[in-house]
Amino acid sequence: MNAQNVNAPSAYFMAEVSDKTETHTLSLLVDNEPGVLARVIGLFSGRGYNIDSLTVSETEHEAHLSRITIVTTGTPMVIEQIRHQLDRLVPVHRVTDLTVQARLNSIDAPLERELALVKVAGHGEKRLEALRLADAFRATVIDATTEHFVFEITGRTSKIEQFIQIMKPLGLVEVSRTGVAAVQRGPESL
Amino acid sequence: MTREMTGAEMVLQALKDQGVQHVFGYPGGAVLPIYDEIIQQDDIQHILVRHEQGAGHAAEGYARSTGKPGVVLVTSGPGATNMVTALTDAMLDSIPLVCLTGQVPTHLIGTDAFQECDTVGITRNCTKHNWLVRNVNDLPRILHEAFYVATSGRPGPVVIDIPKDVQFAKGIYQGPTATPAAAHKSYRPQVKGDITAIRHAIELMANAKKPVFYTGGGVINSGPQASILLRELVQLTGFPITSTLMGLGAYPASGENWLGMLGMHGTYEANMAMHDCDVMICIGARFDDRITGRIDAFAPNARKIHIDIDPSSINKIVKVDVPIIGDVGHVLEDLVRLWRTSGNKADPSAMKAWWGQINLWRARNCLAYTPNSDVIMPQYALQRLAALTKGRDTYISTEVGQHQMWAAQYLGFESPNHWLTSGGLGTMGYGLPAILGAQVAHPDALCVCVAGDASVLMNMQEMSTAVQFGLPIKIFILNNQYMGMVRQWQQLLHGNRLSHSYMESLPDFVKLAEAYGGVGFRVDKPGELDDAILEMIAVNRPVLFDCRVANLANCFPMIPSGKAHNEMLLPDEANDEAVANAISAEGKALV
Repeated sequence: MNAQNVNAPSAYFMAEVSDKTETHTLSLLVDNEPGVLARVIGLFSGRGYNIDSLTVSETEHEAHLSRITIVTTGTPMVIEQIRHQLDRLVPVHRVTDLTVQARLNSIDAPLERELALVKVAGHGEKRLEALRLADAFRATVIDATTEHFVFEITGRTSKIEQFIQIMKPLGLVEVSRTGVAAVQRGPESL
Repeated sequence: MTREMTGAEMVLQALKDQGVQHVFGYPGGAVLPIYDEIIQQDDIQHILVRHEQGAGHAAEGYARSTGKPGVVLVTSGPGATNMVTALTDAMLDSIPLVCLTGQVPTHLIGTDAFQECDTVGITRNCTKHNWLVRNVNDLPRILHEAFYVATSGRPGPVVIDIPKDVQFAKGIYQGPTATPAAAHKSYRPQVKGDITAIRHAIELMANAKKPVFYTGGGVINSGPQASILLRELVQLTGFPITSTLMGLGAYPASGENWLGMLGMHGTYEANMAMHDCDVMICIGARFDDRITGRIDAFAPNARKIHIDIDPSSINKIVKVDVPIIGDVGHVLEDLVRLWRTSGNKADPSAMKAWWGQINLWRARNCLAYTPNSDVIMPQYALQRLAALTKGRDTYISTEVGQHQMWAAQYLGFESPNHWLTSGGLGTMGYGLPAILGAQVAHPDALCVCVAGDASVLMNMQEMSTAVQFGLPIKIFILNNQYMGMVRQWQQLLHGNRLSHSYMESLPDFVKLAEAYGGVGFRVDKPGELDDAILEMIAVNRPVLFDCRVANLANCFPMIPSGKAHNEMLLPDEANDEAVANAISAEGKALV
């Protein structure tokens, strides 16, 4: 008998046997109460898990519910652990591994977007080049002087990374990023 | 019931409504309003300890020996920080504690006020949940929620931090709801196991040739009914059973199928059965490193069934084949019922062969030791303690170290909730206050703490509590004048260089007992031991029993760090050379 075939409402049965690390996006619905973010972060630091990105904001004001999106890296066994450790925190209502959900729907990844504000300073040809590339990346100028631009760019993490790399030789000054926000494709909610 | 009262009154009312009879605590500035309520009522008895850590461990002993949550009340700042060890201990051993801490008034929070500390910040990672109450109208809900969270699912400690102004403020009290699980907005642990998974477990068990039950503290936590069902299941199947340190007593040590404890200092037969089994049924245990030894050599040929109420315990250390998430009692009820109705029986010829093998391992007699007529061997002292307390309602606690392992090996526990020990955190200083807590709950029972000379000094001040409240606890000290387990590890790992493991200038325990107002005994001859133990039992006052034992005895059998279950060091093979070479270079880095 194989555990993977057991028809039970638990994701352990779906756990893969592999020691390669993977990057997963987890979505949490939590009570928006003092300390809830500290609990989540403390769990990651206390147990030695990775946080690649973390975003949080109240999403249902009347119910005082916040949504936390965490991008984390680990072996499938560790990511399962993270999910269950998060789930047993008292103010956590639900934890969904969006990456696993996407795979179950034969999609390679959930919908993920990040926003970055990218400040670039320079003159002459470099300045023009920065503006041309920003246009190609569909970044918009939200602040400018004759010496600088601030671009707003939205997209998947890889796109933002690429844009920042390109801006480096063109006079990149600083970057502020929101981290990843993610939802599942299709009509269903968490 | 709904009426207006102060925060401090609400605390007492909520405790009464939750059925609390005893609170362990220590007053201070930030909890004075609650203490003022305590003295004006008779329903709840307050046990004044001598150090907040003692209150925490006493509440743990109380909880473990009754199945009810232990309640603690301490002040802000140092009162709260002194609780951290006990909270962490309760967290690792899944003991339900409700800890109320005072806090500086809300307008002073964050100003580094006198006796201020960030209690919820400090205790966040050593509690199951905690709350800072900023509004008195939230207090009743939080108090009731705290009891629900502490006792449901996998039990654990919770902290409610109550600023002093909230204790004085008036608000509307609400009684507890009848259905806290349904009422809670997010915490609803699964108690019923999935039937399909249980059927798969039964199928595996029915086809097993070399099965073993591996049970743990979860069986005790699930309540007495779980132990009864476990005994029934063992009898129905005829499978051998072993247990972790925390699970001792769920299945009786006198039971036919009992293999003894497993793990680092478990019996040869238990560990060999675990290594060679083809189906392992893990019930309420968590594959701790003290149990598994080397993971890649852990039960290499076994299909594993794991019953646990905490989903995060599953596949944490060891990948299992059939996980069943649910309360042990509920799952065992289904398992026993389905085993009966399915008409399954263990394969008789396979079981005969398996028991034949087990009996060969048993014949190895791994707990044998060389008797001595001049010096008391620690094992002998515990065997005599077991023999002379047989048939009594006896609760045993331990401190941490060699004496703890010997107590687990030699005392033989017949019923659940009678064995109180710090398994996960390994807290020296746990045993004395823990047995005090058990004695509060069971005033007429014989309550014995098996202690070491080093550990017992860590919370010795609680002797004073025992004297004040007339708690006739018996502290049975196996005094070898060493931190025995530290010395044993130094012998194993560090060329027998005994760095700071010798207890110089130990107190005179007899005089110390007398100084506290208790009774002291000292015995150093095997021939005098029985009479002294009987006298100790007969005394109706707190006792310190200084049992002078062989100084250099080692605790065997032992799975050396980094080794597998079938690589045990047995006492008759453990000569100096074997001991010195037992642990490899990689093993030395392990704890």
